Amino acid sequence: MKCFSRYLPYIFRPPSTILSSSCHTEADIISTVEFNSSGELLATGDKGGRVVVFQREQESKSQPQRRGEYNVYSTFQSHEPEFDYLKSLEIEEKINKIKWLPQQNAAYFLLSTNDKTVKLWKISERDKRPEGYNLKDDDGRIRDPSTITSLRVPVLQPMDLMVEATARRVFSNAHTYHINSISVNSDLQTFISTDDLRVNLWNLEITDRSFNIVDIKPANMEELTEVITSAEFHPQQCHTFAYSSSKGSIRLCDMRQAALCDKHCKYFEEPEDPATRSFFSEIISSISDVKFSHNGRHLMTRDYLTVKVWDLQMENKPLETYQVHDYLRGKLCSLYENDCIFDKFECVWNGSDSVIMTGSYNNFFRMFDRNTKRDVTLEASRENSKPRAILKPRKVCVGGKRRKDEISVDSLDFSKKILHTTWHPHENIIAVAATNNLYIFQDKVN
Amino acid sequence: MEVNAEARRILAVSISKLYASRSQRGGLRLHRSLLLSLVMRSARDIYHSSVPPAEPMDTSPEEPAELDLESGPQPDETSAELSLTARGGAHREEEGEPAEDKENQSPTRCSRKRRGKTSVAPHFLPSKRARLEPGEERHAALPPPPPVSCRIGPAESLTSLSLNRVIPLPGRGGPAWRSFVTRTHGGLARTRSDS
Repeated sequence: MKCFSRYLPYIFRPPSTILSSSCHTEADIISTVEFNSSGELLATGDKGGRVVVFQREQESKSQPQRRGEYNVYSTFQSHEPEFDYLKSLEIEEKINKIKWLPQQNAAYFLLSTNDKTVKLWKISERDKRPEGYNLKDDDGRIRDPSTITSLRVPVLQPMDLMVEATARRVFSNAHTYHINSISVNSDLQTFISTDDLRVNLWNLEITDRSFNIVDIKPANMEELTEVITSAEFHPQQCHTFAYSSSKGSIRLCDMRQAALCDKHCKYFEEPEDPATRSFFSEIISSISDVKFSHNGRHLMTRDYLTVKVWDLQMENKPLETYQVHDYLRGKLCSLYENDCIFDKFECVWNGSDSVIMTGSYNNFFRMFDRNTKRDVTLEASRENSKPRAILKPRKVCVGGKRRKDEISVDSLDFSKKILHTTWHPHENIIAVAATNNLYIFQDKVN
Repeated sequence: MEVNAEARRILAVSISKLYASRSQRGGLRLHRSLLLSLVMRSARDIYHSSVPPAEPMDTSPEEPAELDLESGPQPDETSAELSLTARGGAHREEEGEPAEDKENQSPTRCSRKRRGKTSVAPHFLPSKRARLEPGEERHAALPPPPPVSCRIGPAESLTSLSLNRVIPLPGRGGPAWRSFVTRTHGGLARTRSDS
């Protein structure tokens, strides 16, 4: 077996436990994962509207092997199923996206969204409680006034740590279509929520109104040719954001130009290669995710078969294109029939923007090193992930003779897909959601 | 011929997906519906470019997309808009069609061309135009649509979908009170009704 480190500088090892729910129902399917800005917390959202937050264990001399493991910190029901009576439509409780706010005090804040409503949650710890009230007992019962003979002031006493999540803001009734993304601005005061046709700008303090800053709804819906698939704020420039479309283009907008940012200031699109045209060209060119690099100089986009890195200074073609699973190009018709062609894969940068990662089928996920141009395919599976072992690179056999460790394209399990991944902002720790399982891999290079 | 058969199969699969998406939890997804309609348009173009012009499928440019997407009593904006969207390209093509099968047109078909002007009128007012009830429409269009979950063979699927029949769509009306977004325009904030 070839040494992993020849391909990438990181050697990922699986944790001693894989976090998953014991019985798998539709509601347990993880729909989003996100590290917070320090990497101390990891949030997952699922189809049942729940958010589970994991916290990294502190280093401990007594148990050094447990350093850096993530354990459940808080679980709460973020969204419930709702019913829109006007349209007779059910609104799914599935959490589409979670975004953390940078920490400013002892509490943690995150935004979570379903198809229609964004909520701001505060997660805080309580390890003290007041005891010794004057007028009521410790269990809350009102004391008989005739028994009160002296005055006492409540005192804070330590208690078992309790982590509580409270909904601090609910941003609702601003989207006709389904929300696909949210993004917190670097000014830490505003955020955007994006649906198929509109982008709305909110102030975190104000829930009863938002500003519409992008509206691509045509006057005549018969002329609709593209929808917005994702939007994100620039990591440093609070006036800049980008949004991707179903046609494979990305628009960069400057909010200082006009109140309504329908005119982009940059337009990124690669002309289609006519040789690869097929029935499904439009579907596979639709961008499912867009992410700014941490340094703000590049953009990464994911469409069905590729990941592209764009230089913000060059609009006519991407800087780099990486084939994620080009062996699927000949199978698009089958993938259309089983609906897999509509899968929306996400992509993610590592902390230094040198490696990018995205998911694929058969619980495979791919990493591309932008500097060495090496790539690796890894698998998130219980069988192949013994604790503290090295993750073995996988390979898909595209034709000809299949080697012993390779898997043929026809043997791939298309029901096992990795759509959601996230990378720790500073360290080489990745979290990969495989249906209802969350895999956290850490790089422990000695 | 092979391409033709492939195009027919893809058309059939697409139509069944469109039907299935009506009962999807969370309502019709605009993005998915748009992609489906784009595939259908490509398949339809290929199919018609390979079929000899003598075949009596004159109104077929609109047919794959002109489905009664509205389910039951609710005037879903996205479903009505999707059908209009899917016909977006067909609409332009239709003007170039030399011979139209006037016999098979339903009475409300001409109203489709006026539909573009409804964007001028406030759409949150209920539509006053007479239209067939959904049940009657299906009765009028002979044979019933194929079952949603099955994959159907190409030949029987296309005939059973009565491609020669234009199924009229109900209007985009319906109470859609969406005056909740304040939008600044030139610095002046005003309540904007979603239109």
